[in-house]
Amino acid sequence: MSAKSNPRVGLFLTCLVDAIRPGIGFAAIQLLEEAGCRVEVPQAQTCCGQPALNSGDDKDAADLARRTIAAFEGHDYVVLPSGSCAGTMVHAYPELLAGDPEWAARARDLAARAHEITSFLVDVMGYRPQGRRLDATATYHDSCAGLRELGIAAQPRALLASVEGLEMRGLEGNDVCCGFGGTFCVKYSSISNAIVTEKAEAVERTGADLLLSGDLGCLMNMAGKLHRRGAKTRCFHTIEVVAGRAGGPAIGEEG
Amino acid sequence: MNAPQQGFKERADAELKNAVLKIAIDRTTGNAERKRAVAVAAFPEFQAARARGRAIKDHVIAHLDHYLEMFERNATAAGATVHWASDDAEARAIITRICLEADAKLVTRAKSMLGEEIGLPHALADAGIERVETDLAEHIIQLAGERPSHIVWPAMHRTREQVAILFKEAHHPPPAADDPATMVQSARRELRAKFLGADVGISGANFLVADTGATCTVTNEGNAELTTTPPRIHIVTAGIEKLVPSTAHAFALLRLLVRSATGGEMTQYTTFHCGPKRPGDADGPEEMHIVLVDNGRTRMLADEFRPMLRCIRCGACMNHCVVYRQIGGHAYGGTYPGPMGAVLTPVLDGLAQSRDLPHACTMNGRCAEVCPVEIPLPTLLRAWRTRSWRERLEPRSVRAALGLWAMAARRPWLYRLGSRIGVRALRLFGRRGWIGSLPLVGGWTAYRDLPRPSGRTFMEQYRAGQAGRAGQTGREARK
Repeated sequence: MSAKSNPRVGLFLTCLVDAIRPGIGFAAIQLLEEAGCRVEVPQAQTCCGQPALNSGDDKDAADLARRTIAAFEGHDYVVLPSGSCAGTMVHAYPELLAGDPEWAARARDLAARAHEITSFLVDVMGYRPQGRRLDATATYHDSCAGLRELGIAAQPRALLASVEGLEMRGLEGNDVCCGFGGTFCVKYSSISNAIVTEKAEAVERTGADLLLSGDLGCLMNMAGKLHRRGAKTRCFHTIEVVAGRAGGPAIGEEG
Repeated sequence: MNAPQQGFKERADAELKNAVLKIAIDRTTGNAERKRAVAVAAFPEFQAARARGRAIKDHVIAHLDHYLEMFERNATAAGATVHWASDDAEARAIITRICLEADAKLVTRAKSMLGEEIGLPHALADAGIERVETDLAEHIIQLAGERPSHIVWPAMHRTREQVAILFKEAHHPPPAADDPATMVQSARRELRAKFLGADVGISGANFLVADTGATCTVTNEGNAELTTTPPRIHIVTAGIEKLVPSTAHAFALLRLLVRSATGGEMTQYTTFHCGPKRPGDADGPEEMHIVLVDNGRTRMLADEFRPMLRCIRCGACMNHCVVYRQIGGHAYGGTYPGPMGAVLTPVLDGLAQSRDLPHACTMNGRCAEVCPVEIPLPTLLRAWRTRSWRERLEPRSVRAALGLWAMAARRPWLYRLGSRIGVRALRLFGRRGWIGSLPLVGGWTAYRDLPRPSGRTFMEQYRAGQAGRAGQTGREARK
């Protein structure tokens, strides 16, 4: 992929980042600007529609897809700090709107412009952070949607490898689901708990100071379990570390 | 069929408390996962083989009528009798009639998930015919009075320690020791007499070969051969999706099936049964009957679940499923567990009976990643969710909550207002960064803490910052 120089990027925040951890959004803006993008945050954005999509409510999901497409129509790229929401735009939107003559092409057009942030920074912008240092050990969980729907695995690791002093430790079952699954974790909470318990145990076995991942939903699930278990592991979104913001409070810490 | 009385959640919760079950699941699925990974790594053409396997199945599914007729013609020419069953009841009736007309007292059965699907074990019992399961794992669950919990290892929910206890009670004489070899010897001794005394042997089929009329079974124990050869009558039960054009196509799929199931390259026994005993043959049955079962399959041909007809029943999807690996197979409540079962059970038992199954999935996609015939399992599970929503099977509370949320999400100002109120409300709960208990999402806080929002939403902070940078992009288009 060849990048336009100084492309106009629309940042899609995701509901969880907006409400729970705004710092991820600001880290995204910082990194995108460092990479040479003009960043805008369209105020017409709300939710990508995943809760409806995963509940089988295709009508509402398609409605939100249309609104999101319209909100980001003028941007060279749409970038999201989430593999899961990006996967929804890239794969689900074109499917949802395939039978809609007015919107099918626009959905495919958005799908071609939508990127998860670490893959956008590395694959499209060829970006690597400069002069970042963090003396810590960290382990990385591959969130499922990013990994399997978008092939995101090497990009976050490449960004993290550019952070000096950061020692990465392998996580057993790094590509196994953490049990979040959106509404799954509340609807089938006991099963979700059994899954995230195994994940937390694997994270604790690494002995790493930090757990990093690319989706806030998964991070909240794992961080919440680790905290309930009394583990000391601190959890951050990958881009918070890459942006040099891991000096601040981790997920669940107050600054 | 035989749907348990409790709901899925109750069954799952009961299984989650069963620590021995978890040990058994981890042993078997962990081994399967490791061995499959090694087998796939040692087979560089795996992706190409997968694409070919999928193409073979898609071709047969697209021309099912053609290959079914070809199979019937060739099987009949080889001396077998082909029967057609449109559903489970017809299949049971055909098989029971054959057994009763033969005055069968004892029937041996080689493992077949289709037999479970059509309720054959019960039908034979109801007809007063003694049924002996000859597969070692099926033998175990017959002794325990259970149903299969996995499509490849039906007794995978039992540890060998539990099996030792079972054999001690049931075998005469009981096995002399608890080690696997001694226990297998004991089962072999127990079953051997039954093999030779059976009037009818019933097997399934991994493939139906259209251009020869042969049926193919694969096992690692040789029990299928002893089930299908000594008895006077051999009955094969098979779903119509088991067709392949030729023997070469069966082998192309076998390369995928065995690696995906057990991590082996070949099964110990791969047998093609082509018609009954012929003049001059040393052994074999006098009659061979093949019961071709539809039971919802032609309905799948016409709808969005058509790709599921590719399934070759390897079990890789369940071995790699985080949900299956916590709750095991019985909790699913149908014949087929795991991801493939969550797609098939609503076809077989009705969506209203099984709407939990397609929902009890995190959509992580690992099942589709390992499927040897590239079935898009998450897409099919989502298709059931869509149907469930359309048919209004979702609880009213879920519909109402989602409706309210979608109403707000269509209105950016309202959505942002809701988020602003929401994060402030959340801050009323919990302390020092974490919320330990919260109404409405008790499913979350029962097991994990919830990070407390930092206070102001991103949009609030961003807009404040933009306003500060006077004249910049703060007043962007608001729709």
